[in-house]
Parts: sequence; structure tokens; C-alpha cells
Amino acid sequence: MSSAAEPKAAPTNRTGLTVKEYGGLKSTLCVGCGHDVITRQITQALYEMSIPPYKVSKMSGIGCSSKTTAYFADRGHGFNAVHGRMPAVATGAAMVNPELVSIGVSGDGDTASIGAGQFVHLLRRNVPMVYIVENNGVYGLTKGQFSATADPGSKLKTGVVNDLPAIDLCAMAIELGCGYVARSFSGDMKQLVGLLKGALAHRGTSLLDVISPCVTFNNHDTSTKSYKWAKDHEIPIHEIGFIPYYEEISVDYDPGTTQDVTLHDGSHIRLKKLRADYDATDKRQAMGLLQESQEKQEFLTGLIYVEPTKKDFLELSGVGGDPIVKIPEARLRPEKKALDEIMESLK
Amino acid sequence: MSTAVLEEKRPETPGRPPVINDFSIHVATANGSGSQSSNNILMRTIFQMGIPVSGKNLFPSNIQGLPTWFTIRASREGFIARRRDIGVLICMNPETAHEDVRTVAPGAAVIYEESLKLDGLRDDVFFYPVPFQKLVLELVHDGKLRRLAINMIYVGVAAWLLGLDMAEVEKAVGKQFKSKAAAVEINMKAIRGGLEWAEKKLTKRDPFRLERMNATAGKIIIEGNAAAAIGCMMAGVQFLSWYPITPSSSLAESLIDYAGRYRLDPETGKPSVSVVQAEDELAALGMVLGAGWAGARAMTTTSGPGISLMSEFTGLGYYAEVPAVIVDVQRVGPSTGLPTRTMQGDIMSTYNLSHGDAKHILLLPGSVQECYSMAIDAFDLAERFQTPVFLMSDLDLGMNNWMADPFPYPDKPLDRGKVLRTKEELEAHVAKFKEFARYRDVDGDGIPYRTLPGFIDVPSAAYFTRGSGHTDRATYTERGDDYKNNMDRLARKFETAKRHVPKPVVSDGTGSRLGLIAYGSSDFAVEEARSLLARKGIKTDYLRLRALPFTPETAAFIAGHDRVYVVDQNRDGQMFDLLRLEVGTDAQKLSSIRHYDGFPLDAETVVEGVEAGEKK
Repeated sequence: MSSAAEPKAAPTNRTGLTVKEYGGLKSTLCVGCGHDVITRQITQALYEMSIPPYKVSKMSGIGCSSKTTAYFADRGHGFNAVHGRMPAVATGAAMVNPELVSIGVSGDGDTASIGAGQFVHLLRRNVPMVYIVENNGVYGLTKGQFSATADPGSKLKTGVVNDLPAIDLCAMAIELGCGYVARSFSGDMKQLVGLLKGALAHRGTSLLDVISPCVTFNNHDTSTKSYKWAKDHEIPIHEIGFIPYYEEISVDYDPGTTQDVTLHDGSHIRLKKLRADYDATDKRQAMGLLQESQEKQEFLTGLIYVEPTKKDFLELSGVGGDPIVKIPEARLRPEKKALDEIMESLK
Repeated sequence: MSTAVLEEKRPETPGRPPVINDFSIHVATANGSGSQSSNNILMRTIFQMGIPVSGKNLFPSNIQGLPTWFTIRASREGFIARRRDIGVLICMNPETAHEDVRTVAPGAAVIYEESLKLDGLRDDVFFYPVPFQKLVLELVHDGKLRRLAINMIYVGVAAWLLGLDMAEVEKAVGKQFKSKAAAVEINMKAIRGGLEWAEKKLTKRDPFRLERMNATAGKIIIEGNAAAAIGCMMAGVQFLSWYPITPSSSLAESLIDYAGRYRLDPETGKPSVSVVQAEDELAALGMVLGAGWAGARAMTTTSGPGISLMSEFTGLGYYAEVPAVIVDVQRVGPSTGLPTRTMQGDIMSTYNLSHGDAKHILLLPGSVQECYSMAIDAFDLAERFQTPVFLMSDLDLGMNNWMADPFPYPDKPLDRGKVLRTKEELEAHVAKFKEFARYRDVDGDGIPYRTLPGFIDVPSAAYFTRGSGHTDRATYTERGDDYKNNMDRLARKFETAKRHVPKPVVSDGTGSRLGLIAYGSSDFAVEEARSLLARKGIKTDYLRLRALPFTPETAAFIAGHDRVYVVDQNRDGQMFDLLRLEVGTDAQKLSSIRHYDGFPLDAETVVEGVEAGEKK
């Protein structure tokens, strides 16, 4: 190779776009923030999945995490809702235009406290969207108060100890019927990108609870949401492999050590078991695993539960055919004879 | 029994001028006793006899057992507001019977269950004891049906007393029970039983009578909520999210019902409107904003408590400039604060709903026709101005029965506002204005252009939607001049709205120096009050507001009169206060007439208010 070679053209995906064309604004978060790592994995996953960026609908609430939707896929529209209320906005948009690829980014305050009600109902309805919680156990933007996912016994920098139990978002999601529930860590990029691709291939709500340390307010020694703690304690339950729908699939795997799940779009997520006999499609095992991890204070990551054939909210609501938002005006207003018929019935 | 026979046998009242087609019938029952069908039959029969009529359900927040009243007003002059004095009382609820008898006007007719022994309570009314319990045992053999059928017996007694046309009664019964033969037969038997018993046993002494007129031909009877639902459907609504709340639930339910019949897409057979019953009103409006942002005609329907919960999202809708239609069927206050009574209680709070500076377009329907037509206007205005628009109905209008002419088919196409839907439209826009900037005022009317998510595969088509802190290119800013520019443009947009909202209806031909201003469901009582005042020699001009912001006609009307009475159905005179702010020094011409007991406004209240003011 000659040293005077032309600069190598950046690789492109199936839509002919470079990964850079999935980018967004420069982050304004603190240097080293876990959220920025997640943003990069979202960008990468969208690129690898060849999703047309103009189809991406970026949803968020309020908080540090919710700012990050401005930092990827700026060829797609974004909607920064009010605090804790992103699920409702995402639901409305998804119902009228299911062609949108809806990606919601929220935080532990936005999801587990002020937005708990909407979060619950989003899951219950199985609205088609990827819902990422960038979970650091504290409110960053208001300078370090505990959130509802803080572990009992964890300490703030100021010495304040959290006495209340943590809300386990994954357990909550499984309980409410979510068909794709994962836990990950912003420091585990390979796993995270695999889980994100799986989530994009899934139809219905997919929840990713990603531990994402707050370097400014919750990264000290007594925190259970710090880089050090997460790195030291992370136990992946499997290695994530992802085979997109357009790729030839090798049937060559050992079902004893590997679980293969076909997702809605025909992609496969292949889970190489690190924990003997764990079946990610078994709801009872999944709930048991989370219970156990809580008791043992283990930080288990991976695709905790998957149910790929669940009906989403559009199917359940009987909405189908063309996206409602694309039905031309002429088909929206009933004809005069319909109104006449109604008027006659009221005489 | 034929009508002719009934006509011949109609009892005459000796020595007292008959009161024909001009009185109220008040039916007192217990909630959940199944009187609704009977009351509808009574009302419809009067309507079918060509007599102008209205029916109001004065009901408790309860499913079974608490007192409820249905008041039917017949008015040969066409006045259909609530009437304060009751001409005919039908007393079916032992719990309220004594109180009910005390409240009727002297000379009233009182039909009551014999065993209640009410006839000793007053000596200035006409009592008609009826053994309902005994009659129902004779007339209805199925024990399970007796509780409902007993109400039909009073229809029969009233038919005898007031001279209802039995052929019309039968028609009304057929309509009520959708011509289900068995139900029609049982109910007609009970009605005839009541009528025949009354013929034999009672002697008419009161003056009240109903006689056929020809003032309702071709008209419909409808509740405002159903009318608004039809309007929303005809407006092409594509998304409804709602949380159940009295008195607005029936609007959503009617819309779901009508849409199920008339809004299946002709090409796919699938619904062209998506409906979500939300977890609360916050979510309801959130979903509406999501759908509106995505390009759909989206709405929610609620009442005061829901409006409070929607406050934050309304502000976001205002600043992010997302179209939304919010129907507020107003009622009385929070929690257990008379949730089933009427009020124009949300005018002030809704006009400026949310934090920061916010002001909204409010439409003020004054009839069921306007519930229909303004529902259509609301969608056009919401999309034209890219903002939440409120349709301010109330319980009286929304849940009561009103006579109206059939609604006309919309004569204008949908106004979808400034939306760039295709690549070609975007390119033409860029060629004309250099670039697409989401919040830039390129037309000078304060209204920017918008794109929709997922429509145009061009990088510059996308924008980021957020609250008040954005530049005209929709980028984040905390700069004071950017913020101020945006605020000033929003104010300009609101100025433009003044030219597009429905103008007030002005009747100023009397030459009087005295004016009345009212809005919404007050119109019925105010028109009647004008007529009563005119008979007393007090002529009044009248302006009926149909929207906020105020349009120039209102200030001109006030300027053109010496004294102007503003009628509000709330304690604080909310519209009165908004008008005082609007008209500057002319504010001293304004007086406030306020009605706020939870019952629909009646003409006497307005008459008394004007008379008291004029005596000063």
C-alpha cells in the first residue's frame, strides 16, 4: 500500500449511508458520561440495521438522558416531551404512523418516578418502540438527588444513604407483559449494540435498562451505579450474537449451549449461554433470575426475557392498512349520505 | 285508543284560562330507577306534536339510589332554556317528594304515588294521586320488568292530563326501543293502563295542556356531545385519546360509535381513526400531541379536572406548535365538587392554561349546531395555527337534549395548514425562502411551516421539537433575543388568529343604549330574557361571543352602548373580567350577571340582573 493512497472512503450500509450520516449534534454532557457511550451504540445499531434515518422518530422526556436524542440520527425528527411523559407522545405518534422507527431515551428519574405511570401503560399496551433507560440512580440535571432505582444502602457524595428499595425496571416490564427486556451496562459496548439491534428487530415495546454511571454525581466508591462497581460486578448471562434478516443463517449451533430466537423482522438473536440452562423465553425463569440477582446483589446483564410473537398495540387496536396519517383527506370525511342518514335517525 | 277519541274526551278546566304549550314538566325519580326511557318518550312525544321542547337531566354523581330530576320544557315561542317555575310535577321519589312539592309554582299539577299522601302539603296546587304500585302489579306480570314499567304508567297519566297524542306516544315508544316488538308492547300496555286509569278516576282541574303545533317539522333532537362527536367525525379526526370523565365521556363514546359505522376506510375496511383510552388526562393530551406532531388530526375530550392535568402539555403544544383539539365539557369544581352539574367554570384558566406566557384559541359553541360546526372549525384552526384549540362546551349543552335543524354538510374542504409533505413541496419552499426553518415567519402572519416525521427523505426536512427555548431553526437556545423573537412571533400568530376565529353574533337593531354580552349555553336563556325585558319596556341589544381571542366587533359593541351586562355561568364573572382587560376605559360600562348554582341558566336570572342594574 502506498503512503500516498487516496483517503479510504468510509464504508456504507445497505442504504448507502455512512455511520457518520447517522450522527447528530455534539454532546453537551459531562466528559466521560455513560450516556454518550450509549448514544454511540444507538448510532452504530441504526447504521448496522440500515434503518433510513429519516424514518427514525426520537422520543425523550426531561433529564440528562433525554438530551441525548439530539446527539444521533439528526436526519430524523425528535420530540423532547415534558418530564416523564414521553411514552404518551410516542404512543400517539406510533398509532398514526407505524412506519416510524420510534426510539425513546429516558432516565431513571424520568421513567421510574415522575413517568412511572406512563411507563407502566406503555408496557401494558406494547406500543412499538425501543425504550432505553439510561440508569444512573441519580438526578443529574438537578445535581445529584437519589432516584427510585438507587439501591438500598447506596450513598450520595454528601453522605446521604438511600433507605428505600430500588424499583427493578426489568422485573416491572416482564410483569407488565413486555416482550423484549434487557439489562446492560454502558461499559459493555459489544453486548449493548447486539441488544439494540435485537430491539430494533423486535415488534412491540422493547425495554433496555442500561446502567450508565453519572461521572459527576454518582461515580464514587460507595455508589452501586459507578463504573468500578458495574465493571467489578457485571455478570453477563449470555453472549449476544445478532444475525440480521438479510443474512444467511447458519444452523450450526449447539442448542445446549446456545439459544436462538427469531425476531419479528426475521432476524435472529443468538444467545450463547454463560449461565447453564437459562431460557430467555421462559417468563418464570426470568422473574426468578431477577429475584435472585437482587438477593445476591449481582449485576446480571443480557436479554433477560424475550417473547417475539406478542401482538403490538396497533394489532390489538385493530388499526392496520395504510398508516392513518397517510390516508388522503378525501377518505377521511364521510360522504353526505352518511350525515343525512345520521340526521334522519335523530328526527 | 285513537287520537280522535282522546281529543273529544280532553278534560276542560273550569274557570281558569288554559296554559297551552308553555310550561315545564318536572319528573322526580331515584337514580337508576330506569326513568330515562319514560322521560325521553314524554319529550319526544311533545316534539313530534310539533311543539318546541327541551329536556334536561339534573342528575347526581351516582349510579343508583340518589335523587334525580328530568325537566321537560314545552314552549310555543321556542324558548328552550331551563324554566325556574315548574308547571307539572311527577313525584316518583319518596325521598324528595316533600321538598319537590314545596318548590313547584302555585297552581301547578302534581302527579304522585298515592301512598305518599302529599296532598296535605299545600293548598295552592292540584294534586293527582295515582296508585302506581297497585297499577303496575295489575298491568305487568313479569316481576323483573315492573321497576321499569312503573315509569311508563306516569307517561300514560301525563298523556291523559296534558292531552298527548297517543299515536305520537306510540311512535316515540317505537323509537326508544328501536321497534323491538316485545318491549314496545309491554311499555305501551303500561302507558295505556295509566291513561285508562286516569280517564276513569281523575278529574282535570289544572290549566296545563299540550296542543299540536307545526314548529318542529324536519328538526332533530340531539345532545351537544353527540353533535360535537359528529362534527369531529366529519372533520376527519384521525386520533382520539380520552380518559373517562363526566360530562365528556359520552362525546368520546358517541364518536367511537359513529366512527365504527362511518369511518371505516373505503379502501382497506380498517378504521381511519385510532382510539386510545388513556391512563389519565396527562397521557391523553400527550398522545394527542404525538399524533398531531406526526401529522394526524388528533383530539381529546375532557372536563375541568382533566384540563388542569393537561396544563403542562398544553404549554408544550403552544410552544412546540403542535395542533391539538381539546373539547372541554365544563362542569363544576374539583374532586366531589358537583361533577354532574353545569358551569362555565374554565374560561379564564383555559384561556391562559400552562406556565410562562400562553394564550389559546377558545371556541364557544352556543347551540348543538355550533357543537357540530365548531368541532370542524377547531380542527381547521388547530392545523392552520399549529396550536392546541379548545372547544368550550358545558354539561347543559353537552348532555342535555336540544332541538335543532339538521346539520349541514361542511361546505369547505379540510384546512390542513402549512405542511410540507413531499420532497417537491420542500424543494419549492427552499427555492422561495432559501431554507426550511421550522419556526421562521416567512409569510408575515406569525405562522411557520412544518414537516412531518418520516415523510421526506431529505436531511434538512427533520427538526427537533422542544419547549420554548428554540431558535427559528428549531435548535436549542437560551439566548434572550432568540427567546424574545419567538415569543413575539407567537404573539403575532395570535393576532392573526383574531381574523380567523368565529365572529360574535350581534343583534343591535333595537336602538337601545343597553347591551347584553353572553356566550355558550347562556344564549337560550338570554334570548328569552330579552323577550321578557322587551315586554317590560326594556329593549336590549345583544352580542354573543363565539371565540377567544376577542375580535374587534366586541370592543365596538361595547363602545356603541352605554351599559353592557355580561352574563357568566360562574361566580367570578370570568368573561366579564377578560372583557374588562380587553376594552380599557370602556370597562366602566360593563356590569356582571353571574349564575353559579350548578343548574342551567334560566331567563329570570338574567332579567333580574338587568332590572337590578337599571334601578341603580
